[in-house]
Amino acid sequence: MVKTVVSVGLPVDEMLQIRKQTIEPEGYDGKGKRICIVTGTHGDELEGQYVCYELGRRVREQMEHLKGTVEIYPSLNPLGMDSITRGIPMFDLDMNRIFPGNEEGPVPEYVASRIIKDIEGADLCVDIHASNIFLREIPQVRVSEMTARSLLPFAKRLNIDYVWVHGAATVLEATLAHSLNIIGVPTLVVEMGVGMRITTEYGHQLVDGIFCLMKDMGIWDGDTIEPKKPIISTDGQVGFVNANHSGIFLPHVDHWDSIHQGQVIGEILNPLEGKVEEVLFAPCDGMVFTLREYPIVNSGSLIARVLGGDYH
Amino acid sequence: MRKEIIYRMGNTYRDDLNIYGYYFGKGEKSACVVGAMRGNEVQQMYVCSQLVKTLKALEERGAFVSGNEVLVIPSVNHSSMNIGKRFWAVDNTDINRMFPGYDQGETTQRIAAGVFDVVQHYSYGIQFPSFYMPGDFIPHVRMMETGFQNPGLANLFGLPYVVIRKPRPVDTTTLNYNWQIWDTSAFSLYTNATDQIDATSATQAVASVLRFLVRMGILRYTSHSGYIATVLHEEDLANVRSDAAGICRRLAKPGQEVHRGDVLAQVIHPLEGEVISQILSPAGGIIFFSHNGPLVMEGTVVFKIIKRLHQ
Repeated sequence: MVKTVVSVGLPVDEMLQIRKQTIEPEGYDGKGKRICIVTGTHGDELEGQYVCYELGRRVREQMEHLKGTVEIYPSLNPLGMDSITRGIPMFDLDMNRIFPGNEEGPVPEYVASRIIKDIEGADLCVDIHASNIFLREIPQVRVSEMTARSLLPFAKRLNIDYVWVHGAATVLEATLAHSLNIIGVPTLVVEMGVGMRITTEYGHQLVDGIFCLMKDMGIWDGDTIEPKKPIISTDGQVGFVNANHSGIFLPHVDHWDSIHQGQVIGEILNPLEGKVEEVLFAPCDGMVFTLREYPIVNSGSLIARVLGGDYH
Repeated sequence: MRKEIIYRMGNTYRDDLNIYGYYFGKGEKSACVVGAMRGNEVQQMYVCSQLVKTLKALEERGAFVSGNEVLVIPSVNHSSMNIGKRFWAVDNTDINRMFPGYDQGETTQRIAAGVFDVVQHYSYGIQFPSFYMPGDFIPHVRMMETGFQNPGLANLFGLPYVVIRKPRPVDTTTLNYNWQIWDTSAFSLYTNATDQIDATSATQAVASVLRFLVRMGILRYTSHSGYIATVLHEEDLANVRSDAAGICRRLAKPGQEVHRGDVLAQVIHPLEGEVISQILSPAGGIIFFSHNGPLVMEGTVVFKIIKRLHQ
């Protein structure tokens, strides 16, 4: 059943509506657990769209195995998604920096507060992101050091390749995931793929993992796969490669490649002068889990993240 | 006056971004003024340009008290201003959400780090920022309640209001917040406009900075005393929201005293022209902020009112 989470009138004959799909067993007594799948906070991140579709499709095909509530929120920022805008159109705001919102505040904060209220009480939430248009990411879960203890057991079952336990940053306290974790809804942030594109194999991989979690929680009793064992690391094991010149980045490695310290990751080219501005090298032995997708770079543009270690 | 490039960001397709600093006087780092950090903050750049012009003339007349250095940075992000964008042109990130910056980090983190390295260690930091909602404010000084704020000093600008805001997580990466954390007394000055020039409020803003510099013993100059500011906390402001969406006809302006039940604005059906809602004042007081766009969404904060305050 499609429900409207929040609705706000737009100036000319249109409503901003955030909607969710609630799927429950027929004659459901409401005693089972509830999982929420949310995505589309950033209007240029589309990887979660396929996950929402595929999850809903598979659940509906085997409704006899559903023992709890599955709620799918495909788009928390529908105006952004429709207009290929990362932030909230009209406000130029990053929606993932205004949570938990304010019921009495400006429209974006009001909308954020209604989203939190709607998800409140869920037993688990999976918040799916897709990097941005600049970077490609392997399927991963990111958790802060503060929440690692409670979230790692869930993250390990999500069939992703990598869990990054990162340091706490005050600014991240304004994210949806942090706000939900604070009110007792365990929330996993998934990053995978690249902005403005859909990588179907990642979508299938994550949906398989969501079913594993649902089975663990008693929401699903159908067949599931045995999830992958993810690599788990902290900030200290991640090496960053940033551009120091502007130009065109051409990679010399592939995403997910295992590389050696000092290996050439790519070059920054100057198309006007026909010369190489900079050669970028791997900071350590490891695996390229983030790789620049969009060729134009400025000084400082992130080129790659390398997870230190041997992953052959 | 000494003009220096304080930070340079190279570019392949366009001219480099050169961020200029204008130094006045010699000696201790006394005061630093930063203007447009975003590409639409034209008024903020204009205010600083007028300040540069005035300080240059004052320095030539020997008005600077010896032992004081003042730095003015009129614009940080004119690369975006030149192409009509508010945030960084390539990745749409906000430089004023990147402080204190990181010189090995991403592009806007590097710019923030480069700027912060120069603007740090001044006794007083003054920034001309803008608000994310389109609208007009009563000119005021805004400070964050970091535990290091000093409303008494903010009063010395002689603007009508000082607003103290509790910082939220997203504020912790602004220049104002980081100035305060690193021992600079920081003030954000809001004038009436952002992407349009309001010459009257720009003149008032320049005068308020000069007044502050005089009162802090940095400048010798005779200025009007200005206002003894009313100090407010942001939570003292009442939001007045539109209960309908459509075309907004504003009937009240910032600075105006209103009474409970006064009609502050009308919302007009965008296709049929009828008034579909009247926005009434929920309390008596003075209008502090008013939305200035022609259209409103349902729930838009159209006014902020200082409750129970009279002219």
